Amino acid sequence: MTGHRKNQGFRREEHSRQAASMLANGEPMVWLTGLGLVVGLLMVTSLVGYVFYQGLVTFWPAPVVQVVLDDGTTVLGEVTRSENYEPGPEVIAGLSGEPRTAAEKEIKQRGGKLHRRLVRTGNFEITGEHFRWVEDFLIGKNGVQRPEWALVFERNAWGRFYGIPVGFLADGKLLTQEPGDSWKMFRDHFEPEIAAGRYAIRLETASGETTDLDLADIVRAYPANRLGWGAKVGIYLDRWREFLTDEPREANSEGGVFPAIFGTVVMTLGMTLLVVPFGVMSALYLREYAGQGWLTSLVRISINNLAGVPSIVFGVFGLGFFSYIVGGGIDSLFFADKLPNPTFGTGGIMWASLTLALLTLPVVIVATEEALAAVPTSMREGSFACGATKWQTIWRVVLPRALPGVMTGAILAMARGAGEVAPLMLVGAVKLAPDLPVDLNFPFIHPERSFMHLGFHIYDLGFQSQNSEAAKPMVFTTTMLLMGIVLFLNGAAIWFRSRLARKFTGSKF
Amino acid sequence: MTQAQTQVTADRLTRIAGGEVVPATVHPELAREQAVLEVDGFNLWYGNKQAIFDVSMSIPRGKVTALIGPSGCGKSTLLRSVNRMNDLIDTVSISGDMKLGDDSIYGRNVDVIELRRRMGMVFQKSNPFPMSIRENVVYALKINGERNRAVLNEVCERALEGAALWDEVKDRLDESALSMSGGQQQRLCIARAIAAEPEVLLMDEPCSALDPIATAKVEELILRLRGDYTVLIVTHNMQQASRVSDYTAFMYLGQVVEYGPTARLFTNPLLKETEDYITGRFG
Repeated sequence: MTGHRKNQGFRREEHSRQAASMLANGEPMVWLTGLGLVVGLLMVTSLVGYVFYQGLVTFWPAPVVQVVLDDGTTVLGEVTRSENYEPGPEVIAGLSGEPRTAAEKEIKQRGGKLHRRLVRTGNFEITGEHFRWVEDFLIGKNGVQRPEWALVFERNAWGRFYGIPVGFLADGKLLTQEPGDSWKMFRDHFEPEIAAGRYAIRLETASGETTDLDLADIVRAYPANRLGWGAKVGIYLDRWREFLTDEPREANSEGGVFPAIFGTVVMTLGMTLLVVPFGVMSALYLREYAGQGWLTSLVRISINNLAGVPSIVFGVFGLGFFSYIVGGGIDSLFFADKLPNPTFGTGGIMWASLTLALLTLPVVIVATEEALAAVPTSMREGSFACGATKWQTIWRVVLPRALPGVMTGAILAMARGAGEVAPLMLVGAVKLAPDLPVDLNFPFIHPERSFMHLGFHIYDLGFQSQNSEAAKPMVFTTTMLLMGIVLFLNGAAIWFRSRLARKFTGSKF
Repeated sequence: MTQAQTQVTADRLTRIAGGEVVPATVHPELAREQAVLEVDGFNLWYGNKQAIFDVSMSIPRGKVTALIGPSGCGKSTLLRSVNRMNDLIDTVSISGDMKLGDDSIYGRNVDVIELRRRMGMVFQKSNPFPMSIRENVVYALKINGERNRAVLNEVCERALEGAALWDEVKDRLDESALSMSGGQQQRLCIARAIAAEPEVLLMDEPCSALDPIATAKVEELILRLRGDYTVLIVTHNMQQASRVSDYTAFMYLGQVVEYGPTARLFTNPLLKETEDYITGRFG
């Protein structure tokens, strides 16, 4: 009887285990949550990966190609990208002869599409364009060539120049007409600081014209198709050095972004220095001193809601209040002789830092409040029992213990502030500001100066640039740099926080 | 044991449980001691709920006095009332008074900060501050404005020696106090509490979070402190009370039931219900 019952019980148990559905034992939820994470990670990594890939290849020296088109024009330059496109019927209709046959054949092969390449041809002062599309069907029998002596010149103005050297001039005297010798002489005499007008290199362009380039106008030159691996790496690194340490040229599409890096870092640090004390003080009052009634709750809710206000609103406020009212007041008091030209009464790095400090204040307050609330009561009691006053307890025990949490708030604020662009456009970020806000001229710190910012620089490159094709790769490189800087600032803060955490909250056992 | 005695015991328990204030049975030995702390008709409420009922007792100088009793009997509350830690709780209200020496604790114009400086407190859970061992020990002095390094170092050494911790930590005084073991942390808290030479040392179940070895060390320490310091200790552990204390007060539902020399209370209490509690027959 007993055995029978046991057996029954066992069977029933097995039965009920089957009845516990997949949903109940949570297996699908594991998959669902995992899927959520994977999708999120995938989106982030593909964005970051794309930006990094595009950013990293920007400075790699590409080979120079030469194609002779059917109509006899020669195109010389770097291929920047290629694509398949769907031509309208009028494209084919406008063709005749051999290109038409080639185009029709290609359309058949590619299922209605044609292939074309965007070639950076440079020589803007001669051709009036920086880039041109080269359709495959227009390329004649010679195909794509790589002329040995094709040189790439990066210049101070007018963009890149592509040409074959046909001579070298010193003080107007032609020394050689041979490409190899010309290049050798160029290398011997090329120093970017060289006095203008003494030396020039004579180049033959794709269209057959010859031009003399003054060495003083040239920033960098290299024979793209003769470069070995090491020379390419050298040029790549040198371009990075220029990018990180020099000022921009060519309407920001070439050269470096050092003023923007500097402006971003100074603005972000300034913002952090402003927001942390204010945020911590506010949180201290809210958590430690204010009575926890409905009014406090209202203030707390309002602070949280402040984090949801569009950042452009903060920009408008910053411009109206900080720049016009406060800055205007300072101007009329101390810089009246310069009026109507504003000194402080316009956008500046100090106003930008203040505006962003205001923007990120809720983040710091919320994080600090949570950190304060997490300080164990026993610690406060211990301090009070030693005869400490409330402020002594807060200053010596509660704050140190809460410091890692406060740092978390500062890190979040920093990340938010460094990536913010919209309000900065109103309160001081400009397209070009070679005068740094901190320099070696008295009084060393110039809080009224407008500044360059990487975020704004990205916008400027991507959407405001005259030569948008040339600026495009720089968008990725600059984005990569901005992400790198934010990562670096946060990494430093996180390292600092972990040191604090080890010091102040160390493990119990 | 007669039927009548049992009846009386039951009566006393029931009467206290019914909210009646029953006068404490105090042994005559206490009258011969010099009191450092006097509790005088003390009542305490958490909101509307009364937690301590008309407690009057005197804590003898230089002795260890233990408060025992079942959970929720108000012994911790009474202890925390001595240095007015209950002020931190908004809902608490009191009546009656206590006296430290000749000074009122709950009188008007009492400087609570000053008052707390004259007492030390050790909590149930060790609560070292997030700073170095040295800074922890001299905390009370530092907040009192003492800046002389020589004085601070001397106090630090003396307090750590008093807490039997000096030999273990003398080489790492500037390390974080949070790097110590649980038992060391609790002894550090004791060192911190005695650094300012308090008139009374309050201990709120100081060993309840410690393992037996650490507990033994702390108990040893309490025995060493006897004589130099007046110790008022709350404990759940009756063996501990009998090991470390000179006097014991048995509390029940916010009232002191019996208060006398530990040896008497544990071997031959005046009240039947104390015996019942101590022998584990109730509570």
